[in-house]
Amino acid sequence: MSNTQQPVLKARGIVKRYGRVTALDHADFDLYPGEVLAVIGDNGAGKSSLIKALSGAVSIDEGSIELDGEPIGFTSPMEAREAGIETVYQNLALSPALSIADNMFMGRELRKKGFLGKYFGALDHKEMQRQAREKLTELGLMTIQNINQAVETLSGGQRQGVAVARAAAFGSRVVIMDEPTAALGVKESRRVLDLIADVKARGMPIVLISHNMPHVFEVADRIHVHRLGKRLCTIKPDDYSMSDAVAFMTGAKQPPGQDAVA
Amino acid sequence: MSETQKSSRQKQEFEQTLESSDSNVATFEHKHRSLFDNVQHFLHGNPTMVPVIVLIVSIIIFGFVAGSKFFSPFNLSLIMQQVSIIGILAAAQSLVILTAGIDLSVGAIMVLMSVIMGQLAVTIGIPAPLAIFVGFIGGICAGALNGFLVTRIKLPPFIVTLGTWNIFFALNLWLSGAQSIRSQTLDEVAPLLKFFGESIAIGGARITYGSILMLVIFGALWYILNHTGWGRHVYAIGDDKEAAELSGIRTNRTLITVYGLAGLVCAIGAWASIGRVGSVSPQSFQEANLQSITAVVIGGISLFGGRGSIIGPLIGALIVGVFNSGLRLAGVDVLWQVFAIGWLTIIAVAIDQWIRKVSS
Repeated sequence: MSNTQQPVLKARGIVKRYGRVTALDHADFDLYPGEVLAVIGDNGAGKSSLIKALSGAVSIDEGSIELDGEPIGFTSPMEAREAGIETVYQNLALSPALSIADNMFMGRELRKKGFLGKYFGALDHKEMQRQAREKLTELGLMTIQNINQAVETLSGGQRQGVAVARAAAFGSRVVIMDEPTAALGVKESRRVLDLIADVKARGMPIVLISHNMPHVFEVADRIHVHRLGKRLCTIKPDDYSMSDAVAFMTGAKQPPGQDAVA
Repeated sequence: MSETQKSSRQKQEFEQTLESSDSNVATFEHKHRSLFDNVQHFLHGNPTMVPVIVLIVSIIIFGFVAGSKFFSPFNLSLIMQQVSIIGILAAAQSLVILTAGIDLSVGAIMVLMSVIMGQLAVTIGIPAPLAIFVGFIGGICAGALNGFLVTRIKLPPFIVTLGTWNIFFALNLWLSGAQSIRSQTLDEVAPLLKFFGESIAIGGARITYGSILMLVIFGALWYILNHTGWGRHVYAIGDDKEAAELSGIRTNRTLITVYGLAGLVCAIGAWASIGRVGSVSPQSFQEANLQSITAVVIGGISLFGGRGSIIGPLIGALIVGVFNSGLRLAGVDVLWQVFAIGWLTIIAVAIDQWIRKVSS
């Protein structure tokens, strides 16, 4: 690979064990500026553990993770968010009974200026609603009419849109998306793929975990193949076919030599 | 498969026909809704309207049945006074139920703290304000103990509070020696403890400070739940704890503060209860735990967490008060009051279930 840039997010030799099960076995990971990196792998290959390690949802047992060259050791998703890594989880991590605006600002609510906000913690509902509307409009989602609508009254695609908008709005360095199209129909998937392209167009690097090969080959700049708890190889979607990718993933075919990381 | 990689930046083959279809994913199809659906949607957005309607209807019905006695300012203020303690406990209970928990120990915390306040002020003889302050701290600690057991030892709230209910009740009997502190003794040594039993007369109404305190507590909790980040987090945790955690909320820490605040509200209720009863009685309010849950449920707060307004339980407590007062004035045997409240509770939960099934 001729990429001479410094990776935004880089992991070396990370290990995560759950009791006797080793979910991550000295795995490496590189994400370069402005790219969409897809992570593929068979069920149980350790994709979720890798993503959870990068997003702070689990802490790793061994190895190092660097963000823009700075070593990081997250112990909670909050710390990863503060460092600028936003994650769209597969279950979306939205609170169904709360409004779109409440959900977008969950855990980082804006307070009113002045006395009430300072001493009584009064929230600035108006400002949060305004910003939430603005963020959704930027991503072309503002056909959602009522920002105070409960999330549970939205369709699957709309909910995904809210979760992606939340990540795009607050992620300053990396956006991670875990199976964003898995629960969606063809039409809604299309919209989410366009959203990914929109977010990428703003220069934000994206990590995309997906089982859907057509989607991966469409949006990814590089593909990270995860197998047996570690990175098997990274490939470019233009150089290989989908069946090659699946063959690497399942072990039916040996990975290409030049990309195998020592 | 190789043809797909050539056009890797274009739409997939099976998606070609999408060009002609509507690409707006976030639009609303305005389905025709029946009146029934509209009612369901309205109640879904305004869950407190159910108890409000029940309260208004029951006031009208009992006004007819019981006549003008029911509407006398004296009777209406009496209802307020009668529900004040259960109302305060229901406020504490609501906080816990909003997080999808349950607190069976609210009544026991309240009685224990009233005994602590009474014993400190009367038997040991420390100044009444200090005794009350110690009671408040005790309430916070008792609640935080529940929260600690729920979050750190990871026990179900039902089991934790069933246990602490008994523990607090036993402590209460031990500290008090199962003896009441009489009203005259309080008047001589620590009249401040009976403060919330005093009242102001407006016309024929006698509004006790305890009734006003109940309204103030509900007002304060309404503000906290709706206008602070902490309040939003309480709803999010009750809605989906895991999602709240992934959204960056420190859920366990928040839960401990929820139980702690509930304990504080119970302790404030303890001070008010001394005024309401007129003495410090270790045997009082034995039924208060379950009555507070009844008020919360009738008030439209979902037992499954995350849904409902804190104003609901206030209305719920008032409904129970109106039923009891109205049936009594109408000369109905007290057993039918209990009978009616039982049905009301079941119907309230059935309505909650129906509202939650709302389709978008």
